[in-house]
Amino acid sequence: MSSARKLLVGGGLALALWGMAYGFYYAAFVEHQTLDRIGSSLASGFTFAAQRNLPEAHAALEASARATYVYVRQVDAHGHWIGLSMLLIVLAACFNRLGFGEKQRWYLALSLLVGAITFPLGVLFETASGGGDPKIIVIAGSALIILALLGVAVGFICGETENSREG
Amino acid sequence: MTGQHDISPGSFSASKPDASASFARLSARRLFVIGGIGLILAGMIFGDIFAVFVLHQNAARINERLLAATQAVEAHNAAAVATAFQGIGNFLENRGTKVDAHVHMIGFGYLALLLALVQPFVFWSERAQKRLAWAFLLGAVLLPVGVFLIHYVGLAGSPFTVLGWASIFADFGGVLVLLATAGELWGLCRYWRRGEVGRIADPSSRDGMLSDRSWASRALLVGGTLLVLAGFVHGAYYAGIHLYANEAKDQSLLSAIVTTAASGRPVEVAKALNDYAQLQGDKAVNIAAHAHIIEFGILAMLMALFQPYVDLSERWRRIWAEMFLAGSAILPVCVLLEMRWGLVAGGIADAGGGLVVIALGGMLAGIVRYTGRIDAADGFDAANGTMR
Repeated sequence: MSSARKLLVGGGLALALWGMAYGFYYAAFVEHQTLDRIGSSLASGFTFAAQRNLPEAHAALEASARATYVYVRQVDAHGHWIGLSMLLIVLAACFNRLGFGEKQRWYLALSLLVGAITFPLGVLFETASGGGDPKIIVIAGSALIILALLGVAVGFICGETENSREG
Repeated sequence: MTGQHDISPGSFSASKPDASASFARLSARRLFVIGGIGLILAGMIFGDIFAVFVLHQNAARINERLLAATQAVEAHNAAAVATAFQGIGNFLENRGTKVDAHVHMIGFGYLALLLALVQPFVFWSERAQKRLAWAFLLGAVLLPVGVFLIHYVGLAGSPFTVLGWASIFADFGGVLVLLATAGELWGLCRYWRRGEVGRIADPSSRDGMLSDRSWASRALLVGGTLLVLAGFVHGAYYAGIHLYANEAKDQSLLSAIVTTAASGRPVEVAKALNDYAQLQGDKAVNIAAHAHIIEFGILAMLMALFQPYVDLSERWRRIWAEMFLAGSAILPVCVLLEMRWGLVAGGIADAGGGLVVIALGGMLAGIVRYTGRIDAADGFDAANGTMR
């Protein structure tokens, strides 16, 4: 097995495990509580409004929006880690069909793996209130994946065209 | 098939250098392939039924309850607000658990197909490989079924305050899948450790499944990659241009709803409610289009690799591949158009999903036919379930 394929299979399976472990922890210990918080804050917002207490109503709606912001990103990180891990493994199986040399394949594999790790990590960092702008990590990670995928698409088209000519 | 680790890994046999070598009766690869496609088909059919009979009706009911909540705000009736939100919570749980069941069933199906691909590299005995495959498939069925039942079982008889029995079984299914996948990764690490010291050869060089170059395989591979790329570009565009704006709009519309309802301005309430429903619809169609185009792309690439197992004429393999790719493009595009064209686009999107299901069913039929052929060639005695 070439080093590029090893990187994709090993990285993909490790990422799938990590994504599933994170999803399991999240579903068992965080999700239900978060959904309860979102729902109860939203209901409180309307209840306060019915009692004509608008400042409290807006505060409750803000709390609900904050909880939703975090929830969406936590679920996105889980979904994207697993989705990208599957993409890495399936690409590993057909990476020998790329019309590129081994070195280019290795760089493409590395770009895909780094993007697959950092993009959802950046999404998760967006929920933390620390310094820095996690959006930069998200943009860099997703750009890396898109460019690498573009390379893979071109590689497949070149490889398959060569193959059909030979065939 | 040898269970010893000094000659060849897993189910791969050096004496059969074609695709059938690693597809023996009840081998781990066959379990993963048939189980995986079965899970994907079941998940897609469930998703189509859910989209046609539950999704839109559910969204309408949620909007009705939200309207009831705003009317309760106008009437200073806090108790009616609570009742309306109980209803909304109930409908959201109903929708959320069904979406989760659909997504996880299909996701596990993909993972099963991926694990089928790497079976020749998983360095365990045939028996251990089969056990891992069965554990994976059991968990892959338990989790979505458990998630589906959460809405109906609730907390009945549960020893926990938040988790019901359905959630517990779903989580147990998740753990089974997790452990089975960890076992597969461990097997791969064992293969690499031994392969590097030159004791075993690279099975991919002899795996007929990975060297197929038929028209259907090439079309699915290139088409799948382009679909995944289109999905990523759409996702990046949506996240960059609309995601944050939509989140801000979501909150400002909710604030406008409660403020105008509390001040008794029904016309403005109705407009804010309408805008809010439109925004939810816009978010839902964008997320659904993004998810479906990428999933179909990955599935097309997977099915490209499984073409050697599709025992049909070249013409039929071509028809299924074309139908699969057509449906994979039609569904997400029409889902995106639902906000403009309404139910017409929704109907075409469902038809696109139907094309994918039919094409996948056709390919599965070819794979099942293939298993019958190699079992017969191997001399499997169907009458008493043994090899002759």
